[in-house]
Amino acid sequence: MTGAVPKKDWMDTPAVFKPGNYCYPGKESMAAYHGKNLPGKFGPARVWDVESDDWKLVDNWQQILLEGMKERLEKFRSFKIFMDCCVRCGACADKCHFFLGTGDPKNMPVLRAELLRSVYRNDFTTAGKILGSLAGGREMTFEVLKEWFMYFYQCTECRRCSVFCPYGIDTAEITMMGRELLHLVGVNTNWILEPAANSNRTGNHLGLQPHTFKENAEFLLDDIEEVTGIRLNSLTFNRKGAEILFVIPSADVFADPGIFTFMGYLLLFDHIGLDYTISTYSSEGGNFGLFTNNELMKKLNGKMYAEAKRLGVKWILGGECGHMWRVIHQYMDTMNGPADFLEVPKSPITGTVFENAASTKMVHISEFTADLIKHDKLKLDKSRNDHRIVTFHDSCNPARAMGLLDEPRYILENVCNNFHDMPENTIREQTFCCGSGTGLNTGEIMDLRMRAGLPRANAVKYVEEKYGVNMLACVCAIDRATLLALMQYWNPNVEVCGVSELVGNALIMDGEKERDSGLRFEPLAANEGETDV
Amino acid sequence: MKVLKALGIVLVLMALAYVGVMLPGGRTLFGVVFPYLALAIFIIFFIAKVVGWAKSPVPFRIPTTSGQANSLPWIKQNKLDCPSTTAGVIGRMVLEIFAFRSLFKNTRAEIHEGPKLAYGSSKFLWLFGIMFHYSFLLIVLRHLRLFTDPIPAFVHALEFGDGFLQVGAPTLYITDLVFIGALTFLFLRRLVLPAIRYISLPADYFPLFLILGIGITGVLMRYFVRVDVVSIKMLTHGLATFQPVISENVSGLFFVHLFLVASLLAYFPFSKLMHLGGVFLSPTRNLANNSRMVRHINPWNDPSIKPHSYASYEDEFREFMVDAGLPVDKELPPAPAEEVAPAEGGASAESE
Repeated sequence: MTGAVPKKDWMDTPAVFKPGNYCYPGKESMAAYHGKNLPGKFGPARVWDVESDDWKLVDNWQQILLEGMKERLEKFRSFKIFMDCCVRCGACADKCHFFLGTGDPKNMPVLRAELLRSVYRNDFTTAGKILGSLAGGREMTFEVLKEWFMYFYQCTECRRCSVFCPYGIDTAEITMMGRELLHLVGVNTNWILEPAANSNRTGNHLGLQPHTFKENAEFLLDDIEEVTGIRLNSLTFNRKGAEILFVIPSADVFADPGIFTFMGYLLLFDHIGLDYTISTYSSEGGNFGLFTNNELMKKLNGKMYAEAKRLGVKWILGGECGHMWRVIHQYMDTMNGPADFLEVPKSPITGTVFENAASTKMVHISEFTADLIKHDKLKLDKSRNDHRIVTFHDSCNPARAMGLLDEPRYILENVCNNFHDMPENTIREQTFCCGSGTGLNTGEIMDLRMRAGLPRANAVKYVEEKYGVNMLACVCAIDRATLLALMQYWNPNVEVCGVSELVGNALIMDGEKERDSGLRFEPLAANEGETDV
Repeated sequence: MKVLKALGIVLVLMALAYVGVMLPGGRTLFGVVFPYLALAIFIIFFIAKVVGWAKSPVPFRIPTTSGQANSLPWIKQNKLDCPSTTAGVIGRMVLEIFAFRSLFKNTRAEIHEGPKLAYGSSKFLWLFGIMFHYSFLLIVLRHLRLFTDPIPAFVHALEFGDGFLQVGAPTLYITDLVFIGALTFLFLRRLVLPAIRYISLPADYFPLFLILGIGITGVLMRYFVRVDVVSIKMLTHGLATFQPVISENVSGLFFVHLFLVASLLAYFPFSKLMHLGGVFLSPTRNLANNSRMVRHINPWNDPSIKPHSYASYEDEFREFMVDAGLPVDKELPPAPAEEVAPAEGGASAESE
C-alpha cells in the first residue's frame, strides 16, 4: 500500500479486473432507458461482463471515442488546456486519497490524466503524430479502454489535486471527460445509471414514488413527536404558493443517518415558521447525471426550476448535499437559467438578502441557518449536544467548488460545546474525500472504498485520540452514507451526522417537553446519572 | 532508458551543430537560417496554440475554490484564493504566475505504520522551480546586450546586480550559478524520486537536457573557453537588425549554443513548455467564483434538453398521489359506473 513503484513502465502495466475492484456494469434496461431519452449519448444497451475480454463493443468504438474526444476538445477549453499544459512536476501525486490508500501509481492524478493524454497526444498533436511513443503518445486500444474504465471510476472528482497544481489542472474535469467518452461506447456502471434513471422518472435516485416519499417523510414526524413531545404541522408536499421550495438529497428521508438531518431541517423550519414546501417530483438534489455527461446532468437538474415555476415559489433553499451543490453552484444557471421567474432570495425571518445567490436564486441551508443564528433568531440549548464531541468533515464539493467553509463551522460552534477541527492539511480546501463520491458508493467495491477513505478516516482518528471526538458532522448526503461505513471500519467509536441534526437537537421548540434524548433516541449527557439535578 | 534517449537526442543536436558549421555553407545555415527559422516557428505556432485554446469556449464557470467564498457580509471572504471579482482574479493570477502560489502550498504525505498518515510542508519544488524560472528570465534579459545598440540601461543594471558578488574575472553572475544548480536539482528530482521517475516521459527529460546544454555551453564560453565576443556580438546584432554578418572568428562552441537555443524555440510550441501560455488560460484559476451571483453563458447549451416533465410524472403516479393526499394538477377521471356499485358491495351491506 505504501506505493512501491512497479519496475515496468506504466504503459506496459495492464489493468486487471478482479471481483471487488470494479463496479458492476449498467443493466441493459438502464442503458436503454437513458439511450432513449438522450439518443447517442449512452452507447448500445447490452449485457456485458467487465472481467471478460469481450465487452461487446460496437466495431467502430475507437472511432466513436476519438470523435467524441475531438468534439469535447472543441467544446471545453479546460479539456484542451489540461491536455497540453501538464509538465508532470508531480505536485499532485500524493494529494489523491485513492493514491494514498491504494498505492497504485495510476491513481496519481498526473497519471490518471496521462491515460487520456497519451491518446490525445497520439491523435491530436503534431509531435505525437510524428514522434508517436517518443512524444508520449499511444494508440487507443482495448487495453487503454480497460485502464480508462478502471481509473476514471477510481476518481471521485474531489478536486484536491487541483488546489496544488501550478496550472490549476483539475482531474475532476479530466475524469468527467473520460466518463463522458466511456458512456458514448456504453462502458458504464449500474450504480450511476440506475439512480440517474430513478431520479429522472420518480424524482429521486432511490426510486421512491410520490406516496412512499411522503409517507417516509411523515414517518419522521412521529419520531420528532416522540423526542420533543410536539407534532409539527408545517411539512407539506407539492404545495402551490409556498414561499420557498426546499430541495433535499433524497437519502435524507430514507437512510440512517440522513433521516436525523432531515428531522433537523423540519424542526428548524417549524421553529422559525417558514412557509416552505417539498416537492415529490423534484425530490432529489443529488445529481447522478454529473457522473455521466453534461446532457443528463442538465436534464436532471432542470427539474428544480421547472418545479419552482409550477409551484410559484419565490426562491429555492437547498439541503445538505455535495454534488447537488456543485451542480447548483457551477452549472445550474448556465444550463437551465435564467431563473427570472424567481426572486432574489431574502430570508423572511432576518430580512437578509442573499446577494451571492442573486442569479440562481438558490441558497444553501448552512448559509440560511448561519444567518439565522447571527441574527439571534434561534433559541438554542448547546448543552443538548454535550454528549457529542464533534469534528467537521468539509465535503469536497461545497469546499472546493463553492467555498462554503466557515458557515457550517459557525453553526457548529453555536449548537454544540465540543467542536474540534481536524489537522489543517486535511480540512477546508485541503479536505479529503469520503472515498466514495461520484457514484462509487456501492458495496461491490467496499475494499477499495475503505482504502480510498483512509486519509479522511486517519484524520478523524487523530482527533478521536486527541479530543475524544465521537461525532463526524458533514454537509453531504453521500458523505453521510459512505462515512458511516468508513467510520465503522476505521474508527468504530465515531458516528456520522449532518450539521442540521445537531441544530435540531439544540433547538428549543415552543411547547416541547423536557428532552431526555437526541433525535436518534440516544440519551443526552445531562441525563446520564444526573437525572435528579 | 527514457533519460538516455533524451540525452542522446541533445548530444546529437550538439554534434550536428559542431560538425555542421565546418561544412561549406554550414556557418550560414547554423548562424542565420536555423535561428530565423526557429524564431518563426516559435512565434507562429505559439500564437496558433494560444488561438486554438481560445477558440474553445469556457462553457461553465468552474474555479477551484481554495478558501472561503463571498457569502454573508459578516463572513470573511478569502479574496485571493476564492475571488468573486475581476480584481480578485487578477490578484490570484499575479500571485500564481509570479510567485507560483499553488506550488508554494505543496505538502508531502507519508504513510507510516498503523497505517498512519503524516503531512508536512514541502517547498523544495516551489523553491527550485522559482529559482530556475527567474534566473532563466534574467539570463534571457541579460542577453539583450548582444542584440541591442545602445544597450538599454536596465540591462546594465541587471548585469551589475547579477555580478554583485564580484567574484573572479570575468565577474561571476549569480544567475548562472542558480540556473545550473536549480536545473540540476530538477533533473535529479526526476531521476531519484521513484514516483516522479515513474511519471516522467522522454518529453520531460529532453527539455531539461536541452536547457542544461544551453546553460553549460554558455557558461563554458563565458568563464572557461576564450571566444571572440566582438564577432559574436556582430553576428547577434546583425541577426536582430536583419543584416547578419558571420565572422570567421566565431567559434564552433558558440554555434552549438545557438543551435540548442534554436532547437528549444522550435520545440517549444509543440511541447509541455507551452505551460508558459496555458497558465494564463486555466479556467479553474482565471474565473471569479460568482456563479450563483452572475449568469455565465455556454454557447453550445442545448435548450432542447428538457427535464422529464411534471405532467408525465403526474400521469404515471396520479392514482397514488390522490390516494396519499398529494395535490395534483389534473384530477383522476371519474371511475367507470360498473365499479361504483359492485354487486358484492350490496351483498355485504345486506349481510350486516
